[in-house]
Amino acid sequence: MDSFIVISLIKTAVVLAALLGALLYLQWVERKVIAHIQVRPGPYRVGPHGLLQPIADVIKLLTKEDLIPPYVNKPLYLAAPFLAMTMALLSISVIPFGPTIEVAGYRTWMQLTDLNIGVLFVLAVSSMGVYGIALAGWSSNNKYALLGGLRSSAQMISYELPLSLAIAAPLLISNTLSLRTLVEKQEGSILQWNVLHGPFPQILSFIIFLIAGFAETNRVPFDLPEAENELVAGFHVEYSSMKFASFFMAEYANMITVSCMAVLLFLGGWVAPWPARYGSSYVPVAIFAGAGVVALYHGMHPGRRRDRHTLPVFGAAFLAMAAVFLLPAVQAWLLPLFWFCAKTGSVLFTFMWVRGTLPRFRYDQLMGFTWKFLFPVAVANLLVTGFLVAWFS
Amino acid sequence: MDVILFLIFAVIAVVCAINVVVQTHPISSAISLVGVMGSLAVLYLLLGAEFIAAAQVIVYAGAIMVLFVFVIMLLNAGAESKRGRSLMAQLLGAPLLVALLGLLAYFVQRLYPRSASVHFGGFTHGTPLDIGRALFTTYLLPFEVTSILILIAIVGAIVLARKEMD
Amino acid sequence: MTAVPISWFLTLSAVLFVLGVAGFVFRRSVITVFMSIELMLNAVNLSFVTFSYQLKQVNGHLFAFFVMVVAAAEAAVGLAIILTVFKNRATLNIDDVDSMKN
Repeated sequence: MDSFIVISLIKTAVVLAALLGALLYLQWVERKVIAHIQVRPGPYRVGPHGLLQPIADVIKLLTKEDLIPPYVNKPLYLAAPFLAMTMALLSISVIPFGPTIEVAGYRTWMQLTDLNIGVLFVLAVSSMGVYGIALAGWSSNNKYALLGGLRSSAQMISYELPLSLAIAAPLLISNTLSLRTLVEKQEGSILQWNVLHGPFPQILSFIIFLIAGFAETNRVPFDLPEAENELVAGFHVEYSSMKFASFFMAEYANMITVSCMAVLLFLGGWVAPWPARYGSSYVPVAIFAGAGVVALYHGMHPGRRRDRHTLPVFGAAFLAMAAVFLLPAVQAWLLPLFWFCAKTGSVLFTFMWVRGTLPRFRYDQLMGFTWKFLFPVAVANLLVTGFLVAWFS
Repeated sequence: MDVILFLIFAVIAVVCAINVVVQTHPISSAISLVGVMGSLAVLYLLLGAEFIAAAQVIVYAGAIMVLFVFVIMLLNAGAESKRGRSLMAQLLGAPLLVALLGLLAYFVQRLYPRSASVHFGGFTHGTPLDIGRALFTTYLLPFEVTSILILIAIVGAIVLARKEMD
Repeated sequence: MTAVPISWFLTLSAVLFVLGVAGFVFRRSVITVFMSIELMLNAVNLSFVTFSYQLKQVNGHLFAFFVMVVAAAEAAVGLAIILTVFKNRATLNIDDVDSMKN
């Protein structure tokens, strides 16, 4: 019993550290991706290739003056970012990152806890996340913040409907609400993943889920309620320093949750695209070795003087990672973790790619889109899936 | 362990419920009601009702109370005024309510001895599978009727709350 | 003793119900009255789920589910009515909506 508690505490610490590090560096990745889409370098001064930029941002936000305006409703003002952050971080506790892992004789799952209503838990936590934004808008006692908060929360609850219906469709095929069992039913190859498997391949559900996920997390093209040049940045206009940072961290954590759910529901979780006996274990080796070779090559003819030192270091680090993937001792848990992170990373890259590419919707276009188009399409998709599953069973 | 969990969340529920009734500003009452619903969801988990606990958080705390909070924000409802409170109703009503509570508590304690108890894991048939099976076989007619009820409610709410077309 | 007596759950349900009745009878703001109704419905849901545990059947859960659905429909229509009354009367005090009195 107490080994269970100790293992759970260790897992919680590891997942929390990984998640907070990912939140920090996700912002760096986003700034670099958007910068390269816009043909500019992005952050590159603070540390090699701007890698210390998030640390600089954290120091800046921590040392800024934490101003609480006197006209705000203090209890709700202080509770709102806390609520947003808590709900955003809570849903990571049911996400499985891989199959069992065995360390020092203790075998445990790469998941903090497996609820048999795991999907409902994630939906419940994301429904509660609306309160953080609505209360932030209300308590700021500012008409722009109130409008931004109301619009943002109305958008979030409107897009929860197509999101839930898009989640229900692959659940009809997998017949389970537990996230671990959902991935185990997609074992095999890419043809077993829910997006391509079953009597009705869930491609439309995947697209609806992604679109609703963009709106749930207030990302472009649905970010009108919180854009900087609209409504004076919306519901977080009266917040400063760490409370402002916690809204941003909550948004990135929600993005990670939506990407993880997309990967678990549709893209097969930690399952490799083709079975290991056909060589899929060498894909991460090939990717990292290729990255290392490219970095070393550019290190020899660098564009800037300091890259002569930093790029070979990165090249060596990538080649070391490629070598780690060849060790059979860690392959059992590292390979599924790699596939899960690669797929989640691809979905997150799609989020950033869309941010750099698409213009934003006007608010009435956004609400009209969900109620008049996306919700009927999601219902029709669920009906067709249910009908075909019943026909072929 | 179950007793500690029950006591913590029962106390939270009662304190939040008293807050709902006592607070003057509607938004504080609304947030306290969300607290009541959250602690009731934990108590449902203790009773083995996992689907109902999830539905409580998703539907009740996550949608209905958000609707309440929206309406309070839209109407800009201020703190309630003291005018119109009837002292006679409070003097007569409060003892009657306490008497009602005493009566209910007494009969509950009489009818259910200490041996009838709840422990976590005592009831395992609250899964979505069992709920779905019962919902679509025994309770199919109420299910269809409630879906029509929701449709009527949607149409009614839209008709009542829209702007007048001039 | 690690098990909770069933009577405790039912007593909690009674306490929440009586608090809901108190809010319904004593408060003047129509939104608070409405929230007290939701509190009463929640108390009854707890009763239903407790009895379902005691009888080891899932029917109580189904009843609680239907109560939730009906409460959702009622909240939608009731809040729309409150919005309309506010638009016409500009007050949320239920004592002021008395034009049909006498």
